Amino acid sequence: MQIFLPARWVKTQSHKLNWAKHPQTQLRLQQLLLPLVGLTLFFLLWHAVASQIVTTLGSFPGPVAVAEQFSNLLDEHQAEQQREAAFYQRQQARLEQLRLTDPNSEAQIRPYSGRPTFFSQIATSLLTVLCGFALATLLAIPAGVVIGLSPKLYAVFNPLIQLFKPISPLAWLPLITILVSALYPQTEGGLSRSFLVSAFTVALCSLWPTLINTIVGVSQISPDLENVSKVLRLRWVSHIKTIVLPSAIPMIFTGMRLSLGIAWMVLIAAEMLAQNPGLGKFVWDEFQNGSSQSLSRICAAVLVIGVIGFVLDRLMLLLQRYVNWDKNAVLR
Amino acid sequence: MQKAQLQLSQVGISFPTAKGDFVALQNVNLDIAQGEFVSLIGHSGCGKSTVLNIVAGLLQASTGGVILNNKEVNEPGPERAVVFQNHSLLPWLTVYQNVELAVKQVFRGKKSKSEMRDWILHNLALVQMTHALDKRPSEISGGMKQRVGIARALAMQPQVLLMDEPFGALDALTRAHLQDSVMDIQAKLNNTVIMITHDVDEAVLLSDRIVMMTNGPAATIGEILHIDLPRPRERLALSDDARYNHYRHQVLSFLYEKQRKIEPLHTQTKAAKPAIVTVEAKSA
Ligand SMILES: Nc1ncnc2c1ncn2[C@@H]1O[C@H](COP(=O)(O)OP(=O)(O)OP(=O)(O)O)[C@@H](O)[C@H]1O
Ligand SMILES: [Mg+2]
Repeated sequence: MQIFLPARWVKTQSHKLNWAKHPQTQLRLQQLLLPLVGLTLFFLLWHAVASQIVTTLGSFPGPVAVAEQFSNLLDEHQAEQQREAAFYQRQQARLEQLRLTDPNSEAQIRPYSGRPTFFSQIATSLLTVLCGFALATLLAIPAGVVIGLSPKLYAVFNPLIQLFKPISPLAWLPLITILVSALYPQTEGGLSRSFLVSAFTVALCSLWPTLINTIVGVSQISPDLENVSKVLRLRWVSHIKTIVLPSAIPMIFTGMRLSLGIAWMVLIAAEMLAQNPGLGKFVWDEFQNGSSQSLSRICAAVLVIGVIGFVLDRLMLLLQRYVNWDKNAVLR
Repeated sequence: MQKAQLQLSQVGISFPTAKGDFVALQNVNLDIAQGEFVSLIGHSGCGKSTVLNIVAGLLQASTGGVILNNKEVNEPGPERAVVFQNHSLLPWLTVYQNVELAVKQVFRGKKSKSEMRDWILHNLALVQMTHALDKRPSEISGGMKQRVGIARALAMQPQVLLMDEPFGALDALTRAHLQDSVMDIQAKLNNTVIMITHDVDEAVLLSDRIVMMTNGPAATIGEILHIDLPRPRERLALSDDARYNHYRHQVLSFLYEKQRKIEPLHTQTKAAKPAIVTVEAKSA
């Protein structure tokens, strides 16, 4: 390894590399170590630079401050959870007492309405992004197959796709907000409007890579395989199922991975702008709050956003590996 | 000769191109009897694949037409199974599944599940591929893929088997082996076969008739050569056979004297002037 490393660290690692004479073990060790080297360098650099930057809210938080803040956030979440449990327990007790005196009591348990914590915001964001992405996928793949199979339909829809693809989520957001509030009467229960707005925005912005890649994948089927299908007189459905979809699957999944990445980025922006619950709102609230802790909380959120984006991409990659028939394909 | 099973009458086709219509074939007339093995031979680009694709129904003739068992051919169908030049197996299906796809399509409602399974295995056994049932096309050799392609076509129980340079991409040994299998299978099943080839020995060895095509554009059938060699044929014994060599010579002289093709070959070396290469018959 030609990378400069702290001397002690190299020493502790070098004996490991010694016993790992087996080339395969060594390779695996390298695959594990080298990314760690990158991460370590990043944290060192961050640490070094952070203390030099002084903001209106004090000096810029380094990795240590952010880690502390992260455990604070965890504590807050646990405290909130305990409060919620206690709240329900109290109500349950009261209700039982009421029932003892009056069996026909109409009283019901009221839902807890505490402040959403960092972790509940994460859950909200994840749910929203998955719903938006699922909606995008469900629209994009069938549409892509139909459009890709017909050059005429492609000629009809291509200008529309090119027109809509580059629109920023921030431009969609006001339109979708107004449309949702016009068309979806907010009733008790059911999906909240803010959830719908976020999910639709995500879907609308993230659907394009899947759509375009599906179209391309479907229109690139080898003519020989099409001839096989013709000679066999496959019906439309089995033609799609046995020839079209399998040959387009690598392209479709490449598109879906791009889409999921976009979906996650768009969601955070949409939540910030529309003040819809989620990680984006968390960041925005902390930004508005401007306490001495805000900066490190924002940093923690930013890191978590990155980690979640990364994990989502890896999950898609796993799914792609599982579904792809070409097990020799190099997917990264 | 028996009554023709397959008739091509006045078949012609033209393709629309930027410079106007390109007449690829004209006045192709050919009657083929049931059980006959016919080879199409001719220079590259003369229109052999086009003829085959018209018979398969993958292309529509502009003039004339194809009649199979007194019915006009207008669309592709499994009774005219095609073995494609590059095997065209579905890469996401195993060997077994590739054949199964064809069998299910042709025998749906006519064979039970276990009968279908037996039929699939039977056809794979014909080409000696039962050892690789669960392998994907990417995991088997080129010759094996071609054999599976043949098994898939045979499994459709076609009235006519159409093969477009089925052994073109194979090495000489594998090719000889597959030629022997095809001869065996054809002897057993008595299929009607139309095969395109570039290989003169292959044509003489396998065929009952060799159809030699003139150069395009507006290509047509130049000569038809009847191969009256007794079957089963042995490649080794035939190599010294006078009649075999006579047939061979006739095909060669058609290709390299009567239809000699002179065209500039732009060689890979960046020579300033294009080299003119004439293709000559190899002196025996
Ligand atoms: N779809 C098409 N559009 C225009 N021209 C075509 C088309 N298909 C074939 N041709 C032309 O028709 C002629 C015959 O083509 P074909 O593929 O049948 O030749 P071939 O004899 O099979 O050649 P090879 O031995 O190289 O496979 C060629 O000149 C080709 O350029
Ligand atoms: Mg050809």
